[in-house]
Amino acid sequence: MRIYALAVYLFLYIPIGVIALFSFNAGRHAAQFQGFSAQWYGKALSNPFVVDAFQTSLIVALTSAVLATLFGTMAAMALQSVKGRLRVAFDALIYIAVMVPGIVIGIATLIALVTLFDWLNPLLAAVWPLAEGAPQLSLGYGSLIAAHGLFAMALVIIIVRARMAGMDRSLVEASADLGATPWGTFRQVTLPQIFPGILAGFLLAFTFSFDDFIIAFFVAGSQTTLPVYVFSSIRRGVTPEINAIGTMVLAVSLLMLVTAQAILQRGRKAG
Amino acid sequence: MESNLNPATEARETPIAELRDASKHYGAVVAAQGLNLSIRRGEFLSFLGPSGCGKTTALRMLAGFESPTSGDVLLDGQRVNDVPPHQRPVNMVFQHYALFPHLTVAQNIAYGLRQRRPRPVEAEISRAVEQALETVRLPGFGPRRIWEMSGGQQQRVALARAIVNQPKILLLDEPMAALDKKLRRDMQIELQSLQRSLGITFILVTHDQEEALSMSDRICIMRGGRIVQVGSPRDLYDRPASRYVADFVGKSNFFPGQIASSAAGRTTLAAAGGLMIAGTAPVEIAAGRTATASLRPEQIALHRRAEGLPVTVVNRIFLGEHTEYLVRHTNLGEFLVLVSRQAEAAEGGFEPGDPAHASWPEGAALILADD
Ligand SMILES: Nc1ncnc2c1ncn2[C@@H]1O[C@H](COP(=O)(O)OP(=O)(O)O)[C@@H](O)[C@H]1O
Ligand SMILES: [Mg+2]
Repeated sequence: MRIYALAVYLFLYIPIGVIALFSFNAGRHAAQFQGFSAQWYGKALSNPFVVDAFQTSLIVALTSAVLATLFGTMAAMALQSVKGRLRVAFDALIYIAVMVPGIVIGIATLIALVTLFDWLNPLLAAVWPLAEGAPQLSLGYGSLIAAHGLFAMALVIIIVRARMAGMDRSLVEASADLGATPWGTFRQVTLPQIFPGILAGFLLAFTFSFDDFIIAFFVAGSQTTLPVYVFSSIRRGVTPEINAIGTMVLAVSLLMLVTAQAILQRGRKAG
Repeated sequence: MESNLNPATEARETPIAELRDASKHYGAVVAAQGLNLSIRRGEFLSFLGPSGCGKTTALRMLAGFESPTSGDVLLDGQRVNDVPPHQRPVNMVFQHYALFPHLTVAQNIAYGLRQRRPRPVEAEISRAVEQALETVRLPGFGPRRIWEMSGGQQQRVALARAIVNQPKILLLDEPMAALDKKLRRDMQIELQSLQRSLGITFILVTHDQEEALSMSDRICIMRGGRIVQVGSPRDLYDRPASRYVADFVGKSNFFPGQIASSAAGRTTLAAAGGLMIAGTAPVEIAAGRTATASLRPEQIALHRRAEGLPVTVVNRIFLGEHTEYLVRHTNLGEFLVLVSRQAEAAEGGFEPGDPAHASWPEGAALILADD
């Protein structure tokens, strides 16, 4: 059993380790290690395409995470008062949303958006008061943020809900009893109690968007996120530069995940 | 409390709170049914009954967490059925205290004051918090975190958090259930003197009869979602209206039987073996009906002379000022007799196995309808 487990872990982590290691390769060949150097990081960060893709990824990840956190928290709160069968249905839908393969979400979102744009664009052009310059809806930031935000919202709902379930209902009642309005209770009691959940949800949402390739591949339109960039450059061969980018994405994601986990753990103790 | 002594002023005064035919149903579950109760200004009232009898539900209707399915809740003469808790001038001490874990002790206590509009100035708030901490004998504990406090201390914080708002009514839901026995006793005494000095109406929920008896001005006994009797501890003890109340309030011996005669405030019950027990019935019972005679252990005397029922001593428990004997009678079975130290000195003590005679003043029994 132990050997098995060890093999699984090795199989999972050796490729990642190799990428991280080779990102520091002094030589230019991906297959043979020729001493340590950070030159590929410098190269990657001075490549305008990489910087551009990084910026896009950051904007999309931040915006979608903020939206997902906001709406996910609101949804989690609203779901609290939903009971019975409706509740079961909602729960099931949320879990399904998390488990649906990214490729399905990618294709479905693509088809839905393109159909919608095809239908809306002539309409927009028709009602536009000026002769020219009617806005054209197209894939890009908007569709990326929408697709990522929607998907990450399910994650946030699950995390915030778990946190809420652990919260003592009588705290809310005590607050009301002491004269706090419903909004006052939310601000002074509920929010501080569920804040670790919200923050962790935000970090996970960010991570999800930041390293997502599949959905972005379908709905990015003319935009290029970092994972999409990596994918397209791999067709020209795996360079240490790609390894460096991959390692940086990994580092950011890991940092977020560890922080989220630490927040949840600490919140559990203090809560 | 003068109002209690003077019926004329009492009639003029509006009750601080009132339940009028208030019922609460949760789907098919009847948590409270047709509650009618008038709570007097400044009194200490307890809801007493076994778990699940609807005490908390009654309290929550007064606090505003539940609105009655039918009937009315009144505070100070105003119907408040639809007034949310945050707009009611009452405060509650929750069963598990419900202190805010992310706030300090002082911030917890200041919470209610900070919700006021206009908001009091900080100096005023901290003065009130300090004073509340003094009142519950926790001076200087303000900066502590909640989890640094013991169970008993948390309870005091919960109390301070409520009384600092000077509510018209303080509601307490089994506040002492989580404390150990010694601490509970201390806290009962403190709560009672606190109630006297603050003059706030206290409504306490408890399933502990001793607690209710020792602290309350009046007790409201509940059963299965209904109020079965309301009265002072002495009333309930001396004149329980039913076997249920007699059983719940203090110790009592119950002798089942059939009503032999019932006339002019005097009822006679034929107990096991045709033994006649005479007494008064708080609620008239027709002859021939089954009923129960109730006798308190201290109403019964135990002696050597052949007067009353011949019994055998089964067991004795020394209680300090009293000795409790368990005795057996051929027909009535086992029952308890409480003998004072004085009486015991006069009679000489009894040992298990000794023969003795038990008697009680003629007509002392209460004849209660079975329920
Ligand atoms: N929110 C609720 N939903 C359904 N049933 C409830 C609810 N609250 C209380 N009950 C039921 O109502 C009855 C009375 O409860 P409660 O007032 O809490 O009793 P007590 O405080 O005397 O123990 C119990 O049978 C309880 O199960
Ligand atoms: Mg209760």
